[in-house]
Amino acid sequence: MALTLPSDSRQTNSPAPERAGAPSTSTARGPLSDRILHVILREPTGDDALDGTTDLAARATVAVEASTDIARDDDIQLALFLLYGLHYGSLADAHDGWEWHPHLIAARRVLEAAFEAQLRRDVPMPELPEPTAAAVAEALFTLTSAESDGPSLSRFVAAKATREQLEEFLIHRSIYTLKEADPHSWAIPRLTGRPKAALVEIQADEYGGGRPDRMHAAIFAGTMRGAGLDDTYGAYLDFVPAVTLASLNQMSMFGLNRRLRGAIAGHLAAFEMTSSIPNGLYARGFRRNGFDDDVCYYFDEHVEADAVHEQIAGRDLAGALAEDDPTLLADIVFGAAACLTVDGWASDVIVEAWMAGESALRMPRATTAGIGA
Amino acid sequence: MTGMAGRVDPPQIVACPNGPLLVRGDMDLTTPDGEPIERTRKTVALCRCGVSAIKPFCDGTHKAIGFKAP
Ligand code: FES
Repeated sequence: MALTLPSDSRQTNSPAPERAGAPSTSTARGPLSDRILHVILREPTGDDALDGTTDLAARATVAVEASTDIARDDDIQLALFLLYGLHYGSLADAHDGWEWHPHLIAARRVLEAAFEAQLRRDVPMPELPEPTAAAVAEALFTLTSAESDGPSLSRFVAAKATREQLEEFLIHRSIYTLKEADPHSWAIPRLTGRPKAALVEIQADEYGGGRPDRMHAAIFAGTMRGAGLDDTYGAYLDFVPAVTLASLNQMSMFGLNRRLRGAIAGHLAAFEMTSSIPNGLYARGFRRNGFDDDVCYYFDEHVEADAVHEQIAGRDLAGALAEDDPTLLADIVFGAAACLTVDGWASDVIVEAWMAGESALRMPRATTAGIGA
Repeated sequence: MTGMAGRVDPPQIVACPNGPLLVRGDMDLTTPDGEPIERTRKTVALCRCGVSAIKPFCDGTHKAIGFKAP
């Protein structure tokens, strides 16, 4: 399966790395992801039994019942990633005909229900503010303030990360960042009025304000190339752990379910509020390792952009949404808290591995022929 | 940029609580010598806490120093 997302090439003058190419097959991580891969890489025949979809939801149920930790379950998170990938078009070899197949949607709903239930259970919820734009923005800034001087990952990157660790960091980030902003864009038609205008204002900037070379995903692709990495979407899918996929899957789930529009608004607010300062630290770590302004452009850009976005996301998006519909208040705060929790899990995996002197990837890159730079 | 009825897009400045000044619309941003300061995005945040490393723009540091707007 070649995973391809068209990416703009501009940005860095560094020569493109040798294109060993994305892996032609993504490796299943258990029986469920194995079955889904098996299904989606072939054209639907119209015969569900032949296509192997009839029992997909039942198989998803089996996987969920056997799992003790959905967010860290490789088979389930890869399965979700593959199913959401049908909507993003991130899987170049997946057949378009599967996107709305009821059996695949049914399986996704089983996995989503279990994933959401875990998040509702495990994500610590702060006290709810009044449903006014000002109070919600203030509460979100308070909630995220523990993170705003940078979680330990950004401090590690700034002070200690080696060049190899920086590459691993980019590999982890690539799962979301090569499609940066896309999961939140699902929310645009699911909102109205002031929150919608706020989201569009943020997203327009994320997408480069009309300039493709300034799209954040394109800038990140340039950073990957500048670091000698393959910027093809999914090139490193096999190397990232379940919780890295869970971070993106959570956004996709919040964005694609209108009932969770409060959560996606809160998620974006928390994401933006924990971005400027960490990105300044990432830039420091990359410059410390000798990377130039071209490679650091992505991080530098986010220091400035997200200081704008966090203000808009806090008041005009999340805050105004709570004002317009106070019944969404709890989900707005939940989405923000879930962002901090899940991205915290994902960062912890990386930092813990590095502190132990180990790679933060699922498998070593060097021994995997044809992958990596 | 012209907005509705051919008028310019009037500037709007939002004083964010304990944070930057959020600026939308048409406005010249210059150095004291009148040299234009490049504005790479439509909506910008201007630092009013004094500690940003990318002045005149905000870099979020006001949160780290616990800036209280007057
Ligand atoms: S107002 Fe944000 S850094 Fe000064």
